[in-house]
Amino acid sequence: MKRPHPKTQELIAKTILSLFAAIVVMTLLAIVGYVVVKGVRVINADFLFGSPKSMGREGGILPFIISTLYITVTGLLISIPLGLGSAIYLTEYTSEGWPTKVIRFGIDCLAGVPSIVLGLFGFTFFVRLLNFSWSILSGGLTVSLMILPFIIRSSEEAIRAVPSSYRDVAFATGGTRWQCVTRVVLPCALPGIVTGIILAIGKCVGETASVIFTAGTSLRIPMSMFDSGRTLAVHFYLLVRETGASDMAYGSAATLLISILVVNFFAYWLMRKFISRVS
Amino acid sequence: MSPTKDRFISSILFAIASFSITALFVIGLFIFIEGFPIILRIGIGKFILSTDWSPLEGRFGILSMIVGSLCVAVGTLIVAVPLGVGCAIYLSEFASKRTVAIIKPAIELLFAIPSVVYGFVGVLFIVPFVRTHLGGQGHGFCILTASVVLGIMVLPVIVGMSIDALQAVPKVYRDGSLALGATKWQTTTMVTLRAARSGILAGVILGMANAIGETMAVIMVIGNAVVMPNSPLDSVRTLTSNIALEMGYATGEHRQALFATGVVLFVIIMILNAMTRYVTRKRIA
Repeated sequence: MKRPHPKTQELIAKTILSLFAAIVVMTLLAIVGYVVVKGVRVINADFLFGSPKSMGREGGILPFIISTLYITVTGLLISIPLGLGSAIYLTEYTSEGWPTKVIRFGIDCLAGVPSIVLGLFGFTFFVRLLNFSWSILSGGLTVSLMILPFIIRSSEEAIRAVPSSYRDVAFATGGTRWQCVTRVVLPCALPGIVTGIILAIGKCVGETASVIFTAGTSLRIPMSMFDSGRTLAVHFYLLVRETGASDMAYGSAATLLISILVVNFFAYWLMRKFISRVS
Repeated sequence: MSPTKDRFISSILFAIASFSITALFVIGLFIFIEGFPIILRIGIGKFILSTDWSPLEGRFGILSMIVGSLCVAVGTLIVAVPLGVGCAIYLSEFASKRTVAIIKPAIELLFAIPSVVYGFVGVLFIVPFVRTHLGGQGHGFCILTASVVLGIMVLPVIVGMSIDALQAVPKVYRDGSLALGATKWQTTTMVTLRAARSGILAGVILGMANAIGETMAVIMVIGNAVVMPNSPLDSVRTLTSNIALEMGYATGEHRQALFATGVVLFVIIMILNAMTRYVTRKRIA
């Protein structure tokens, strides 16, 4: 058989590839669209701000929203200083050598640890050894380990995007390295850093496997750091496992998705502003 | 501010930056401490080469779960790699700038969809579809279903990393090829894809690691039967789902065996990580 003309080949390839791209985008959008459309009907004030009845199969989801918020905030409070500090060290305070290689290796591997393994670790270390029991604190600490590599990487990228001439000016006027970082580099990189943090929020909110073993599945509103709390993602998982596709499941999934999408849209909006400012 | 103070700050930042590797070490250490005694007692060969998992009788063999995890990982790649890499090639080489500006953020946005949602959609659509049209021993809860669900889940990862790899190829490579009279498609297959090979491969390995490490979405669609699979339509249990399903009530040796499962999972993921590093390092050299 004669091979078709290269121009024809290109046309065929282009058609197939555009089909692939269409399939990818359509599938992903269909998933989001379906869940949001089916779930939005369930969402109302009673659903969002009511307390759950009959093990969460009816009623509202307020305790789960509050637990999710607490765990996310706890996770961020721990991982932001650590992540930002690491990123500043890696970009501003050191040159590439074997110590940075080891540090980077650690960050990459930590990013790869499956969340279920983090859950096992959180369970032995925070829940049992440190005796925090199933609590917001244990869950938040575990989640912070999950998002730390993510925050380091995004902060690093944002800091690297600051032109080196800015630093030169800071040094030329007699500033120390720390003054250069805090007064010149960080303010410039701030929107980029915040974008990374916002994207990390999405990951915290959607996390299930590690949180279920460290924060527990209590249906009550947590009153302190040491109370157990069920996050929205965990609640959704348990609902689907127990009852399948119920109205409550659709409602919880839609709440989860909409909040994550809103947060991420905001992040992208911020990112666009940042890019236009730097370049 | 004095230079001494600056040096002081530098060492504090170094300590903070070392936190990740320390945390990784501590995580590994604790999983090993909890899981290793039982591996030693049973014998490592027997633990990973026996298919007999009867925790109540004290028999712990996880071969069927290792096989299950690997089957799902391979299935995921079969679904995700052609679609993901194809999509990335289209977006990076053929699509107009405006299309890319709309689609790329959309795909990245979808990276944030929680895995439970993918599992849920799998239960709603793919499980019934497989059950009625293909049948099989798993009644729709099977390797095939899990592969499709995870394949969709890792698409954003593979597309994102492949696009980055393709766009990192210098424009002069393409220009050189086009100047020789090659078509865009010939340039893509013969020049751009070869130059971007290692980056794309890294994305694929990362996607595979994500598939092996995923827990909740898999539990929902794979049936979780502890058997050696004979066909893609069989129900299996993966390493991750084994831990998540039994952790709630396990005690004593049983719990240790679950940590040992975690050890095996940890080791597999670290090997995949090392592979990604190896692949991308060769590109720089």
